[in-house]
Amino acid sequence: MCLGVPAKVIEMEEQRALVDVMGSRMYVGIFFVPEVRIDDYVLLHAGQAITVVDEEYAKESIEEWRNVLDGKHGSFFRSGLNS
Amino acid sequence: MQRISLAHGEGGELTHQLIQDLFIQSFGHSEQTKLDSAILAIPSQTIAVTTDSYVIKPIFFPGGNIGKLAITGTVNDLAVSGAIPHVITAGFMIEEGFPIKSLKEIVHTMASEAERAGVNIVAGDTKVVEKGSVDGLFINTTGIGVIQEQHRLKPEMVQEGDSVIISGTIGDHGVAILSARQELGLLTDVRSDCASLNHLIHELLEEIEGIRIMRDPTRGGLATTLVELCEDCHFTMEIDEASIPVRRDVQGGCDILGYDPLYLANEGKVVIIVDSNDRQKALDILKNHELGKDAGVIGQITSCHVQSGKLLLKTAVGTTRRLNRLSGQLLPRIC
Amino acid sequence: MANMDLFSDPVLTRESVEAVIDLAKRFKEEKGRIPVFMEVCGSHTMALAKTGIKARLKDYVQLIAGPGCPVCVTDQKSIDAMVQLSEEPNTILCTFGDMMRVPGSKSTLMKAKTEGKDIRVVYSPLDSVHIAEENPDKEVIFLGIGFETTIPILALTVREAARKDLNNYSIWMATKLVEPVLRALLSSEEVKLDGFLLPGHVSVVLGKQSYRYLADEYTISGVITGFEPVELLSGIYKLLVLQLEKRVKIINDYTYVVRDKGNVVAQTLLEEYLEAHDEVWRGMGTISNSGLVLKEQYAQFDAKKKFNILVGEPRVTKCRCGEIVRGLITPEECVLFNKSCTPTHPIGPCMVSTEGTCAAHFQFMREV
Repeated sequence: MCLGVPAKVIEMEEQRALVDVMGSRMYVGIFFVPEVRIDDYVLLHAGQAITVVDEEYAKESIEEWRNVLDGKHGSFFRSGLNS
Repeated sequence: MQRISLAHGEGGELTHQLIQDLFIQSFGHSEQTKLDSAILAIPSQTIAVTTDSYVIKPIFFPGGNIGKLAITGTVNDLAVSGAIPHVITAGFMIEEGFPIKSLKEIVHTMASEAERAGVNIVAGDTKVVEKGSVDGLFINTTGIGVIQEQHRLKPEMVQEGDSVIISGTIGDHGVAILSARQELGLLTDVRSDCASLNHLIHELLEEIEGIRIMRDPTRGGLATTLVELCEDCHFTMEIDEASIPVRRDVQGGCDILGYDPLYLANEGKVVIIVDSNDRQKALDILKNHELGKDAGVIGQITSCHVQSGKLLLKTAVGTTRRLNRLSGQLLPRIC
Repeated sequence: MANMDLFSDPVLTRESVEAVIDLAKRFKEEKGRIPVFMEVCGSHTMALAKTGIKARLKDYVQLIAGPGCPVCVTDQKSIDAMVQLSEEPNTILCTFGDMMRVPGSKSTLMKAKTEGKDIRVVYSPLDSVHIAEENPDKEVIFLGIGFETTIPILALTVREAARKDLNNYSIWMATKLVEPVLRALLSSEEVKLDGFLLPGHVSVVLGKQSYRYLADEYTISGVITGFEPVELLSGIYKLLVLQLEKRVKIINDYTYVVRDKGNVVAQTLLEEYLEAHDEVWRGMGTISNSGLVLKEQYAQFDAKKKFNILVGEPRVTKCRCGEIVRGLITPEECVLFNKSCTPTHPIGPCMVSTEGTCAAHFQFMREV
């Protein structure tokens, strides 16, 4: 439906930012992410940053999934599925 | 700035000057210019001949220019066929108005690349066409190589379990060109990998008996080249996605634009199918060489003598999927 | 981002596959059949096929590709109109690469370009505004396809063109919305589903709360899912858990980019520039208010009002893309698939778009 690529903001100008994806870079629009700051990760789509990535949540997602795989379903079944 | 005019191609004084001052000085074949053809003694019963036309936008790009490509491309086509590149001819189709300074730079690059590869440029031709008839400069090169009996490739010897080796990272040339075109806004430090591989390949052929067949994965990328190899030689090959070397910035550029490095062009890489007993030796030789330092084993032959050879890719979850040749042009996409 | 790499980690991926299969077996024991989930988004279809997950799970979980590929759901007449638009004199037609090879009844944009029409592939729609600035004596038209992820960017483009006072720029709007098509699918009751993998990037704009109707009105669950292998598997796993616990719920499993309320800036822009409009979907006919078009006050940027494009009834082929985007048949059930219809010679849009169900099937699912 829509490709989206996480990219790190390395330079900011008024209406655009220079972002880095594993060493390749591009200037992208930041109209939709007024809160963006240098060093944030954003999600790119068609030349625009469409949201700021919350790294804390990414970490939590992985940890939660690790728990599921380790069989700590207790917290996940029933009570855990609330995100 | 001085520019090429139609008069440079009319066969008169200006043509003479251009050939004398630029081409003959750079390529140094004054001995051969007395006749209308280059007369050569070839030190072998068997020769290899290849021809290729080079059209690239932009003409100058990070890591090279059209002239370098015209030498390395033809040298590599000979080398992967098991031949020692011997001589090359070069034909230039130049658009009226092309800067002479640029032409000089390109010709000088060709001369030094030919020297590095150890081939002589023995014949050439120049045509100038009206503005708009070609895009700047097109070059055609034809190469002749000699085949030594002990280096003859043996595709018929391919057997189950043979290893597939790539000499380095894939997609570098493709991403460098995309970025150099400045059309899609991609910025990168990736340089084209264009390089003559003949010395590296010669060393491999000298040292290793079990080399079955080689190809250079240029247009269409690694996937297209391997699909063609599988079909031509009637075997099935399985490659492992995780073991294919890709630079991070090449992957990043691909992610942004929606491209797949498996389908991006390379101009300085070779794929080698080798007896698995010789795998380590081949890798050692490659890794010892600047042009092969990122070499790796990417897969193996899983069945031979099949009706229609297939290329399979092993995925992270352990399934395999079939890879096809590139269909149509690569286009950036949002979906 | 170190954490992100884990989402595609091969070891974690294989472990995740086993966890999903375990749970799917429990589902089969309890219900006597395998679960059926629909991935709404074409990029999910592509990722599930490319990573091998769909092939690996095929005996345990049936994954049906939904209507979420903007190229695939564009109806034939609309494609014909776009190709015809490229033939208007003195124009530059700009498009995403995705549309170039889509077959109209007579031609494609790629062929029109080969014939000398000025058609340019852009990565960002904003680039088409720059092209209009640089070519004041030409009419520049952008083909505005896309779902909710892309539509705000189209609105931004019009805002930019208006700010620059351009009178040679317009958009041919052919946008599609997720909610109306999911409602149409669920109401038709043609497909029986146990849950949705909800589109991750559309949800960035819409937010989690926009899917309440699925649970409230249709009692069906959905998990907003990312695109890496571990994320896809986690999404499927959570749909299975909900099924086994007999609960109906919308879960956001892509929390690091999707918020409850979505992207409010994008939503505000949509409201300012666009309004709902009945759109025709390939194989599904007209769905009420299923697309967005420019409001009347921005009519000068509306290519459909600026250019008088009339197309006849499209050529009828045996192409079954219409049923494929509704999840009713698999590509193999179409007589054209892998015979006269291949990625090199596509007959229907599902074979053209990289994320089209047929293309994904052709590229990644054949002969393992």
